[in-house]
Amino acid sequence: MIRMVDVYKSFGTHHVLRGCSLDVQDGETLTIIGGSGTGKSVTLKIMIGLLKPDRGQVFIDDKEISAMREDELAEVQKKFAYVFQMGALFDSLTVGENVAFGLRQLHKYDESKTKEVVSKTLSLVGLNGIEALKPSELSGGMRKRVAIARAVAMSPKYLFYDEPTTGLDPIMSDVINDLIVQLHEKLGTTGVAITHDMKSAYKISTRIAMLYDGRIVQVDTPDNIKNSQDPLVKQFITGSSQGPIQMKVKAY
Amino acid sequence: MDEVKPIESGFERRLLRLLGGPLLGLSEMMGKIVILVRQTLFWLRSAERGSVFEQIVAMGVNSLPVTTLTSLFTGMVLALQTGFSFRKVFNEPIYVGTVVGLSLTKELGPVLTAVVVAGRVGASIAAELGTMKVTEQIDALYTLGTNPIRYLAVPRFIACLISIPVLTLMADFIGVLGGLVIAVYRLGVPRTVYMNEIRQLGWKEGMHGIIKSMFFAAIIVVISCYKGFNCEGGAEGVGKATTSAVVISMVLILVLDYFLSAVLVSFGIG
Repeated sequence: MIRMVDVYKSFGTHHVLRGCSLDVQDGETLTIIGGSGTGKSVTLKIMIGLLKPDRGQVFIDDKEISAMREDELAEVQKKFAYVFQMGALFDSLTVGENVAFGLRQLHKYDESKTKEVVSKTLSLVGLNGIEALKPSELSGGMRKRVAIARAVAMSPKYLFYDEPTTGLDPIMSDVINDLIVQLHEKLGTTGVAITHDMKSAYKISTRIAMLYDGRIVQVDTPDNIKNSQDPLVKQFITGSSQGPIQMKVKAY
Repeated sequence: MDEVKPIESGFERRLLRLLGGPLLGLSEMMGKIVILVRQTLFWLRSAERGSVFEQIVAMGVNSLPVTTLTSLFTGMVLALQTGFSFRKVFNEPIYVGTVVGLSLTKELGPVLTAVVVAGRVGASIAAELGTMKVTEQIDALYTLGTNPIRYLAVPRFIACLISIPVLTLMADFIGVLGGLVIAVYRLGVPRTVYMNEIRQLGWKEGMHGIIKSMFFAAIIVVISCYKGFNCEGGAEGVGKATTSAVVISMVLILVLDYFLSAVLVSFGIG
């Protein structure tokens, strides 16, 4: 279980999180929704210890990670895998080497076992036989699926998705959504996703949490979020420009 | 007792506003560099031989043509200028070998090699790590159980510390050879005279240059890694990181050269 308690995070004078509290239950897929620049990625990075909160606590399976030493944190991070927004595949390595990277570094598998896991994981995301290709030779959707394969290959307890459908066409977005649901059912991992794509959020989530002004304003099931009477949630899910959320347009 | 309140003048306020930000930025940079060096030294033993070898090829072997060319022509021009200048003063080109040998082994060999490598290798390290930073590949390393300093900085650090002194030695040799060609075929200095003067150089002169080149190597790799790891702001950020890595490295090499020379000479090395 992941628990964030009253977390604050600022970058210079920009206050991103202002008392954010959130629980992620084992086995569920929780999606954090919110506008661009509201701190969704920061929340995710704080959860896995890539960023340290200025104030507040983060518990992973009842261990507080925000004050941990680097080596202790590295142990806890073995439970995580992260699918980055743009994939973050290593350009200098092939697809096969990318997927095998974590297995070699962390699990220290021998070569034959590594190859077997790589091939199995790539077929799980529907990409057989592309081990020798370089990331630059892949389309956006394929890169995303390779990134998911690299994360899944680690057999993580917690799987994080940063905007899994951003930049993809509607059909490819749905393919990725189906993949996330299938992986969750097959592997039983706990998932945390962030997105502003509501179609994706409804499809992949067990619960949805809305982040606004540095705090979680509502956490509920997709059905309850659809019927939410909270004006902030209502405006966001309907995508209306009229309402309490006022997007700031910079004047140049 | 009444509390004495310091009176803040307009000048002090302006001075704080002017210097406060840059000084804080400088302190932050120094702190981050110290942490980077400490972590690099901590992970030094865990370096993978394969990665170190790859970096030695990329930094050392691939830099060899450009450092060779630089030192060859430096040796040649040094011999030419010395010969003609001394001919004007003494009516004959004397001490050409001594001047070329001393200048190259103590100063020009290490400094020019380091400056050329800073331009080629420093830029490449800062650009590569900077691109990895802005495309979240550095964060990805953390999530795949790999410390980026151990995986990226340590092999480059070791490779640079091995490659640059070796390149410096080769530059010294090639430069002396270039000087020999000009001294013998252009200035008419007998080969034995030139070679005898070169043989007068002791191990201390060689060590003077090699010790300096090791410090220059550390400057190049630490500044470039720091700039790469702390790069922000997409393609523009990568460009800025690369430029500043090269500029800072080159300036530090030239400044440190004076102080290192003074210290080494005071210890009787060179």
